[in-house]
Amino acid sequence: MKNAYDVLFPPQTVTLANGHSVTKRASRMPVIFATVLILIFLSLRLTQFNVSILVKRGNQFFVVLAQIFQPDFSYAKYVWVPLFNTIQMSIVGAFAGGVLALPFSVVCSSNINTNKMVINICRLLLSILRTLPTLVLALIATLIFNLGTFAGTVAIAIFNFSMVSKMMYEHIETLDMGAYEAMEALGATRIRAFISAMMPQVMPVYLSTCLYSVETTVRSASVLGYVGAGGIGLVLGERLSLREYYHVGTIIFMLLGAVFVIETVSRYCRKKLS
Amino acid sequence: MEDKINRMLEKQPQHWKTQLAVLIGIIALLGWSGSAIEFRGISARGPAMALGILNGLIHPDTEILFSLTVDGVPYLILETLAIAFLGTIIGTIIAAPLAFLTARNVTPKPVHYTMLVVVMLIRTFPSFIYGLMFIRITGPGAFAGVLTMSLSSVGMLTKRNAEVVEDIDRGVLESLGAAGCTGFQKIRYGILPQLYSNFVSNMIYRFDINMKNASVLGLVGAGGIGAPLIFNMNSYRWNAVGSLLIGLVVMVLLFEYISTRIRIKLARGF
Repeated sequence: MKNAYDVLFPPQTVTLANGHSVTKRASRMPVIFATVLILIFLSLRLTQFNVSILVKRGNQFFVVLAQIFQPDFSYAKYVWVPLFNTIQMSIVGAFAGGVLALPFSVVCSSNINTNKMVINICRLLLSILRTLPTLVLALIATLIFNLGTFAGTVAIAIFNFSMVSKMMYEHIETLDMGAYEAMEALGATRIRAFISAMMPQVMPVYLSTCLYSVETTVRSASVLGYVGAGGIGLVLGERLSLREYYHVGTIIFMLLGAVFVIETVSRYCRKKLS
Repeated sequence: MEDKINRMLEKQPQHWKTQLAVLIGIIALLGWSGSAIEFRGISARGPAMALGILNGLIHPDTEILFSLTVDGVPYLILETLAIAFLGTIIGTIIAAPLAFLTARNVTPKPVHYTMLVVVMLIRTFPSFIYGLMFIRITGPGAFAGVLTMSLSSVGMLTKRNAEVVEDIDRGVLESLGAAGCTGFQKIRYGILPQLYSNFVSNMIYRFDINMKNASVLGLVGAGGIGAPLIFNMNSYRWNAVGSLLIGLVVMVLLFEYISTRIRIKLARGF
């Protein structure tokens, strides 16, 4: 391989004791290092990075942190309902997204669907949906549907749909096509062949992907309330704007507990599946 | 022949009881969850909103999209990228020693478990809470965004890098020792090459995530493309929203493509 870099910095030729000679390409590190340093410098300028402020006022951070770590659990009774709302939104959203994702991912996988056009359009759609931050989706949903849990559920469903679809079509493309082709050769239609030959291979991965998506969703759904899309973010945003960090601490620790329980359950189920 | 096939079919384990139980469980869970979702109908302006967004995406405000001023999309994207980039770099620097402290094969058990709890705590805080905390220090602006991204990167990077450290192949060290290498040479030629590419790969992966997160941090006033996006949305300026969203999507897709290429290269070795 001869590229521009090798021309600029010619590789070193080393003659070994046995008479053979090997070439050692010049290291790319100096150039990469210099580029990264320049980028860091530019970014520091652009973001007005200022260490002196950090040193002078850095203790403010720990003031807040100390308050968060003294949670006031008498406030917990106001947190349970929104916390469960968040979990319920995540479950319904992840379920709806997951159900829609299965047929869509089949359409997107290039070994089942032979139509290149359709694949590219579907994948572009998925990429765009996946790129939009969940908060922006939630904001759009609250504008179209009213404020409340339904808007949040729609945002979660769309986000999960794009994530599960992508993971599934990548998985389907790696599958063994032998059984599928055999069934097609025996005269089965493509849909019938897919259901009988591919589904048993797809199902365990699909279910564990769906469980995984519930797991990650609970974490990310906790902020949706901030734009009015229901759930624990509503209380969180309210307490944050009132600067009642003791209550924020309560909410965060309860969320931590919920996330821990859900992750443990889902990990147990995924282990069973595989 | 048919008998044989039938016998094989009967031999198959019968899972229908567990499957039925799981199905009933899922339906019950969905029923319980569904009770919390209240559909309040499409808002009065809902259809108009949906059309407005679509219209904005098709007819973006080209003045904002290509203007090179501080309010233009290119500058905002550059700012978002700078926030994500610096956050990733600082996060990686902080996470590197922490990863060694977290790795099971390097530290004693108590330290390992303490670090696991710390990492989980860092990861549980939604990043916009960090944003609000840092804004108290720095005031609103991109600087707060950088600090937020740095801290929220530390959790995931520590976890993933610790896994890399745990997977180190000790055989390489032994053979280097047998060849007569000194301790320093063992680290330089035995450990660093094993860690380097995975650390960089994790860093690039985190950069992708940070880029997406940095775009919503504007919500709390921590700089980037998020603030004008939400501001324009709330005042229903769909053409401006359209151009900002297009900028955002193009930025994320482009950098995702580049970083996937680099990570594939890293995984294969140069």
